[in-house]
Amino acid sequence: MTAASASGLDLRAARRRLLVDTAGIAISVAAFGLVFGLAAHNAGYSPIEASAMSVLTFAGASQFAAVGYVAAGLPWAPIVFLTFVLNARHLLYSASLAPRLRAVPLPQRALMAHVLTDEAFALSATHFHRIGRVDVPGYWIAALVGVFIPWNLATIAGVLLGGAIPDPTRFGLDIVFPAAMAGLAVGLTTGRRELAAAGAGGTIGVVLSLAIGPAVGIVAGGLLGPLVGMAIPVRTPMRIHAESPVPPFSNMDEAFAEMEELPEPEPEPEPEAGP
Amino acid sequence: MTTELVLLAVLMGAVTYVSRAVPILAPGIERLRPRALLYLRLVGPAVLASLAAANTLVWTAADGSRAIHLSIDIVGVLVCLGLTAWRRNLLLGLVSGVAIVAVARAIGVA
Repeated sequence: MTAASASGLDLRAARRRLLVDTAGIAISVAAFGLVFGLAAHNAGYSPIEASAMSVLTFAGASQFAAVGYVAAGLPWAPIVFLTFVLNARHLLYSASLAPRLRAVPLPQRALMAHVLTDEAFALSATHFHRIGRVDVPGYWIAALVGVFIPWNLATIAGVLLGGAIPDPTRFGLDIVFPAAMAGLAVGLTTGRRELAAAGAGGTIGVVLSLAIGPAVGIVAGGLLGPLVGMAIPVRTPMRIHAESPVPPFSNMDEAFAEMEELPEPEPEPEPEAGP
Repeated sequence: MTTELVLLAVLMGAVTYVSRAVPILAPGIERLRPRALLYLRLVGPAVLASLAAANTLVWTAADGSRAIHLSIDIVGVLVCLGLTAWRRNLLLGLVSGVAIVAVARAIGVA
């Protein structure tokens, strides 16, 4: 067996494993997308508006946040600003991938950027580490099959199914939004600094919401909470469950560390056909 | 069928795309200062916790006055929080939290 064929077999095996990992993520993403669709319906979104959010914004947490803001009648400017702040963490993923993707044509990189999510980064970073180099088709598998397609299909299903529910509060669906925010915050809390930032953000958010108003309080919590977290000395990150169904939010440190160890991409194009 | 929020989606997508694309498309500015990277990493948990806490605890009356609102909603959110932290399963947490609130309201507890 030649080195090239061995590499090909390894790549196929790695992609099979990627698909298995992606399937688990896709189920979770689809369930959450369904909840988003329901929440959007409850907030008065039309199916077109809900789908536009999922296709164009394509960022779960900020989409949920926008549902809350729209329902509260908040002006668009703070919604857009909070979206930028909330999604600024994508800079980290993008900056981490950038050196590895220099060989990819610019138009393709521009499309890859749009589907760069927590899940896509975590899945692809793990896949790249597994094979020891960048695999562009693997990125598309992670981003499209794992996240983009299930998220958007589930959004449509959720917003359409929402129309059949007579009184969402009767079923407790009105707590989906704050509960989902709390759950996502837990997923992002992988160390003491994150915990301090979350605690401070929540406290500041409540206090200033009472004193000034929710619009100011929530944004202030998001902006000032990280400063409290930064004041906490570094320690070993908390251990996380290996079987976590939300790995994109729980192993970012490891994913970044893995990306640091990767070699530069080879100039030769990948011989196998992409998805 | 309304389409007003499509424009909001475009704006939200535009500002999100900036953070997703700038380092990938212009690698020269990929090196942020470590303190800036740390701040960005902490924005997620802080803003989500702020959203969850304010939406659960703060109640705004029709006249604009605000107060702490204690209800079964808090239990539902805390159950979701606890299960998600324990089992690392957001869906399980959401379903359980919603079920508790729904049952409590059905039997007249809340």
